[in-house]
Amino acid sequence: MVLKETLKYFAEQARNDFSAAEENLHKIILELKASENKGLNYIETYDEQNVLLQLEQLKSREKKGRLFGVPITVKDAICVKGVESKAGSKILAGYKPQFDATAITKLKEEGAIILAKTTQDEFGFGTFSTNTAKVPKNPFDNERSCGGSSGGPAGFTAYTSRYHGALGESTGGSIACPSSFCGVTSLTPTYGLVSRYGLIDYANSMDKVGSVGRNIDDASLLLEIISGKDEKDSTNLGEEFIADEGPTQKVAIIKDFFDNCDDSVKKVVQAKIDKMKEFITVDEIELPLNIKYSLAAYYIIATSEASTNLAKLSGLRYGKQSDPEGKHFDEYFSEIRSENFTQEAKRRIILGTFARMSGFRDAYYLKAMKVRTKLINEFKLAFSKYDLLLTPTMPIVAPKFDAIEQLTPLQNYAMDLCTVPANLAGLPHASCNAGMHNGMPVGLMAIAPHLGEPRLYSFGRIMEMK
Amino acid sequence: MVKVEVNKELVKKVAKNARLELSEAELTKFTPQLKEVILDSFNLLDEIDADEEPSFQPIKQQNKLRKDEAKPSLSQDEALANVNVMLRDRGYIKGPKSL
Repeated sequence: MVLKETLKYFAEQARNDFSAAEENLHKIILELKASENKGLNYIETYDEQNVLLQLEQLKSREKKGRLFGVPITVKDAICVKGVESKAGSKILAGYKPQFDATAITKLKEEGAIILAKTTQDEFGFGTFSTNTAKVPKNPFDNERSCGGSSGGPAGFTAYTSRYHGALGESTGGSIACPSSFCGVTSLTPTYGLVSRYGLIDYANSMDKVGSVGRNIDDASLLLEIISGKDEKDSTNLGEEFIADEGPTQKVAIIKDFFDNCDDSVKKVVQAKIDKMKEFITVDEIELPLNIKYSLAAYYIIATSEASTNLAKLSGLRYGKQSDPEGKHFDEYFSEIRSENFTQEAKRRIILGTFARMSGFRDAYYLKAMKVRTKLINEFKLAFSKYDLLLTPTMPIVAPKFDAIEQLTPLQNYAMDLCTVPANLAGLPHASCNAGMHNGMPVGLMAIAPHLGEPRLYSFGRIMEMK
Repeated sequence: MVKVEVNKELVKKVAKNARLELSEAELTKFTPQLKEVILDSFNLLDEIDADEEPSFQPIKQQNKLRKDEAKPSLSQDEALANVNVMLRDRGYIKGPKSL
């Protein structure tokens, strides 16, 4: 059965009657403008002429496609041809890619309309989307964060009442976290399932393009379309995701993660799990190595990779540039970089450069890679017993901006405790809304083994039924 | 155990390697923050023995090789499309001095 509220249903309507696509697009444009007028800051770049041209082009299209007429918003880090794509950073201001990311090409092939680029922490560096010039506000309470780093995609998905889907990107939890804080559904795929071609890098060995929607069917449809083989990405697995039923009978709550969450979050998540017990057997498991070491290993690896990736941003070829006349390259590069990176980007570049420096490389960078093997093995052992592992997505509900300002960088990083382990291990995960606490959404995350996305789809269906 | 003293000199040196010039205010702000991350988080890995092979990727992957054949790519105009006029010079990108 095709549910009425799904994108699948809408695309079918639009294929039969183009006015459905027109009406939905015109109404979502009004909502997008209203969100901007209210200062909610979900949108980084929007070009109405380009959007209406895409709609016009759909009219004469022969192959209509599975996303015919569906408006999609895209995290700023994912390149869209001819549209400013700057990963939330001043240093890439004005950069217009000459090509589409593979995920965008696939969406366009299925008749999607690329509606806008959405806000995010600079290069994905953050948990609250506050490390950027345009900070998105939570649609449930404008004094609170949308989460990060894909705050714009999740915030706009929760905000709009129209048919719409969003692409996000996760390195350490950047799709699941904002989905939890904004009460929407997301799928972060197995590392390598979706091509990274055209994604502005944060950390190559962990970056993943994923989907955000109002329900598991929408998130799954987008992931089906963007997954698959791509010769342009050497780490692409060449596998496709098909939203089919997968085993979900035996699940386990990760006790160590659960115990580290606020009581209010635990209560909502436990109540949701209890409701599903007629469909699944729920056990408890401990992951003592992951709880203790994953954040350290993650931040060493992520900052190391980020510091090398960001080395290319030096004011030549694209983004912010100035007159090099009479300047030595050290002076020129340092000036551009120092003026245009946020403080968080500078901190992460320094941490990563430090971890790779002669004398420290073996103790930090290489050690973190070895510890990562141990952490992956701990997950593998758990998956020999269970189909899925469960945890609250975030230990808290979306915090207020003034509370975020009080956090030290280390306290900030510790907020990623539940999301980092799966990301470090490249494991696919879904975040679905489990309920509310004082008017704010609480997310429940299911983690599957590598390429176990069908289990997440089935689990999401069960969650949404209950 | 790596003995490391995280102080302003170290932060300044690392920043310089990364082509970042920190203001005195940034240096004063960052030094204790980075010290906390390195000593309280990064150094935790000292506690754990790990003789395993390092996982440079989360999923084991084979090298994927292809033939070294020329294929259509960006045109010169496309490659230069994002270059500021200040840095363009007869179809090339003009850079700062390296010597």
